[in-house]
Amino acid sequence: MLFLTRIEHFNAAHKLYNPEWSKEKNEMVFGKCANENWHGHNYELHVTVKGKVAADTGFVINVKILSKLINEFVLEKLDHKNLNMDVDFMKEKMCSTENLAIEIWKQLFFRLPEGVQLHCIKLYETPRIFVEYFGD
Amino acid sequence: MNKKVSIYRKEHFNAAHRLHNSAWDEEKNYAVFGKCNNPNYHGHNYEMDIKITGEPGADTGFVIDLKFLSDLVKENVLEKLDHKNLNLDVPEFAHLNPTVENIAIVIYNILRSKIEEKLDLQIRLYETPKNFAEYPAS
Repeated sequence: MLFLTRIEHFNAAHKLYNPEWSKEKNEMVFGKCANENWHGHNYELHVTVKGKVAADTGFVINVKILSKLINEFVLEKLDHKNLNMDVDFMKEKMCSTENLAIEIWKQLFFRLPEGVQLHCIKLYETPRIFVEYFGD
Repeated sequence: MNKKVSIYRKEHFNAAHRLHNSAWDEEKNYAVFGKCNNPNYHGHNYEMDIKITGEPGADTGFVIDLKFLSDLVKENVLEKLDHKNLNLDVPEFAHLNPTVENIAIVIYNILRSKIEEKLDLQIRLYETPKNFAEYPAS
């Protein structure tokens, strides 16, 4: 088994705001991140897959295929968007980095070619904060 | 002999914005600004280098007291920009497109009046790790 990682980036606006709570409670829990007018980030995404190295190609996965999947099902939906308003798979969900990583996992894991498994979604919200999701 | 030294303070903030010219129609805005024109905004982690140039003081050895600079930036720049929507929350951009160029100019203008005239000031502002602006241009 071998791990292969592709690094991508996108930027987006969001806010952390629970509509079931009062404005005061949202500000108490989420602080500046609850700003009603949004704020934003440069996100960096590390997609790690695992598989056996094929004898005929020497590849775990053709990285062009991985790149296309990430572009079509993740970046096209997230880049230069408002995560709360513009993204179908984030509707009704809290737009935390944690939830975003889980939803990116769901977009990719069943689309990978046979013999290749998704291993980890690592998502940086800032250079100093990131989450890792391994699917369980 | 020139004894001038440049000293830098790095800061960061994050914000939402959109690039939009209200004098243009939707089509032209999209043609010029592309994805950056999204009506629902997008956002960035901005990184900033504040460069101060001058001669170190004989008594302190400092070009500028970095604690003073840190407090100045926090109070006047970060409080204004961090976790904000640049178009909606920051009066300086009510009629000014919040491009990385214009944000650098706004930050410079805020700080220039609060730093001794004998010291040179330059702002380098990163919108992404690959895109940044410097003002004044050297």
